[in-house]
Amino acid sequence: MVNYLLRRILIIPVMLLMISLITLGVMHISPGDPAALRYGLNPEVSATALDRMRELYGLDQPFLTQYRGWLIRVVSLDLGNSFIDDRPVQTIILERLPATLLLNILSLALIFAVAIPIGVVSAWRRGSFFDRSAGLLVFIGYSTPTFWLALLLIMFFGVRLGWFPISGMRPWYVQFMPPAAQLRDLASRLVLPVFATAFGGLAGLSRYARSSVLEVLRQDYVRAARAKGLTEKRVVWKHAVKNALLPVVTIMGLTLPSLIGGSVIFETIFSWPGMGRLGYNAIMNYDYPVVMGVGVLSAFLTLVGILISDLAYAWIDPRIRYR
Amino acid sequence: MENLLEVKGLEVSFPSPAGDFKPVAGVDFVLEPGRTLGLVGESGCGKTLTALSILRLLPPPGKITAGKINLQGVDLVTLPEKEMVKIRGAKVAMIFQEPMTSLNPVFTIGNQVTEAIRAHQRISRAAARRRAVELLRAVNIPRAEERLGDYPHQFSGGMRQRVMLAMAISCRPLVLIADEPTTALDVTVQAQIMGLLKRLREELAMSLLLVTHDLGIVAQATDRVAVMYLGRIVETCPTPLIFQSPAHPYTRGLLRSVPRLGQRIRRLQAIEGVVPESSLRPRGCSFHPRCELADERCREAEPVLETVGDSHLAACHKAPPPAGKTDG
Ligand SMILES: Nc1ncnc2c1ncn2[C@@H]1O[C@H](COP(=O)(O)OP(=O)(O)O)[C@@H](O)[C@H]1O
Ligand code: SF4
Ligand SMILES: [Mg+2]
Repeated sequence: MVNYLLRRILIIPVMLLMISLITLGVMHISPGDPAALRYGLNPEVSATALDRMRELYGLDQPFLTQYRGWLIRVVSLDLGNSFIDDRPVQTIILERLPATLLLNILSLALIFAVAIPIGVVSAWRRGSFFDRSAGLLVFIGYSTPTFWLALLLIMFFGVRLGWFPISGMRPWYVQFMPPAAQLRDLASRLVLPVFATAFGGLAGLSRYARSSVLEVLRQDYVRAARAKGLTEKRVVWKHAVKNALLPVVTIMGLTLPSLIGGSVIFETIFSWPGMGRLGYNAIMNYDYPVVMGVGVLSAFLTLVGILISDLAYAWIDPRIRYR
Repeated sequence: MENLLEVKGLEVSFPSPAGDFKPVAGVDFVLEPGRTLGLVGESGCGKTLTALSILRLLPPPGKITAGKINLQGVDLVTLPEKEMVKIRGAKVAMIFQEPMTSLNPVFTIGNQVTEAIRAHQRISRAAARRRAVELLRAVNIPRAEERLGDYPHQFSGGMRQRVMLAMAISCRPLVLIADEPTTALDVTVQAQIMGLLKRLREELAMSLLLVTHDLGIVAQATDRVAVMYLGRIVETCPTPLIFQSPAHPYTRGLLRSVPRLGQRIRRLQAIEGVVPESSLRPRGCSFHPRCELADERCREAEPVLETVGDSHLAACHKAPPPAGKTDG
């Protein structure tokens, strides 16, 4: 187990190296660069000025030299400065991370808290009215484009009913409010984005939990548990659920990157100042240091997420734990 | 003697678009208090489904579509599920053919044994734990106390079957059903488990329904035997008689297929022909395609269980008539 863990941890830097190389490579071969984007259409800026600009950013260097420069800085925990506003990439990411984390953790918590019970009850009472209604909802959930749902939510609850603010996370004026009021404001601003981002996951995970439980209910040990005289309720909630949730735990770890990565679509719709929009804007602006920073951070978290989900699996499943 | 468990005309169906499939098609037997009944037959003849019917644990969409299962005069077939839960594990317990997969891999042995105890007895966790240790000792699990915290995968197949047995006897059931309890185990372990079963049956004065396809086990461990073929009982009698004077051609075939010393075979396959699909039950006597005595009457008319001797019944047109009567 320790050996296995060590191997898994040692492979992380190797993977990061490859991922960052590919990220920079893709940007390198994509047409255009930051200098051209900003000044390429400006007739006042001469070709030599553009070249000097490229020199400043180190863009005239061969690809591998650029990569090496970036790597050396990263090893000393310096992600470089943004091409756009020259602020350190770390600072920019740390500004955006809380917004995304807050939104996604709440949304993920909602998904798990609601989807798993729905899935388990559907399996337990398969074919019942509840199961069939849940099935219908899931069908709707799958086939509804979530950006459209987000817009509907904004129109209905935000505009028509006026229950919730429709966009933004922390408008400038909240700083003049007492802390409790600030919190209330934030909470009301979270409702729509959290629901919209959770919706798709709800449908998927509840079906997943249902089929997982149904699969476990066919096992010999479930029949043996029934033969002991356990009630169906206990058989499902004790014997089936723990086994059925093993694969679900894996999914939970795999959602970690999206937790931090943020969603471009939802952050744009709700004007949410998160990582998704940061990365998207950086790509559109050829802001290489920010793109690399966001990319490497997401990659790192993806790898850690996979590791965590494996460990969680091992922790729940004694057959793996003792290997 | 009064009957403890009486199965009458039991029929199990699996609905299918091509018509119902009836792997159990009219099974009758009785189990007397404190006795062991062996239920024998080739693989696929419906033994497991018959056993599961008694606990009403048929795999869906399988259903009991006819018959009665009387336990102390109460018909289990019509009992509400709420009452049935109180029977399972308390009055009728069962151990299974696959000890490797019959314990939940993610809970400790202690957890699963105490759960069986506490399903029917209102006792504290600590008391249930003490009782669990007692039970594990009763089934000869060494270092019982330490092993409570172990997980199933830390036990061998034989040890797991002992754990299953410990759970099964935890509420002192009236009837224990053992579905091929040793089929999946090594020969030496088989003997130990059979010895244990016999001892516990005597100590706890349980009745045992022993499902097996091993006539050696039948000879050693049972008082009475019921031979099953294609979802029906074709012969039933006190155990010694089955070896001395088998009345049904199928039973005689089974006896001929008993392996000689040194050549162990696991299945009873020495009878000519193969078991037909239960869905294609032959007309008349369902054994006729494989029976050397079959004639016109066997292909047309279905024989029913009839007395052929002292508490000896067989379902065959050619079975010897009971002593003192002449063939009619
Ligand atoms: N879940 C099921 N669905 C459909 N058919 C089944 C199922 N379980 C058993 N059967 C069929 O019922 C027959 C009897 O099975 P079983 O009682 O397990 O036989 P045995 O225990 O005597 O080997 C077999 O033909 C088998 O294929
Ligand atoms: S009834 Fe006929 S076919 Fe059936 S077992 Fe007897 S002799 Fe054979
Ligand atoms: Mg079987």
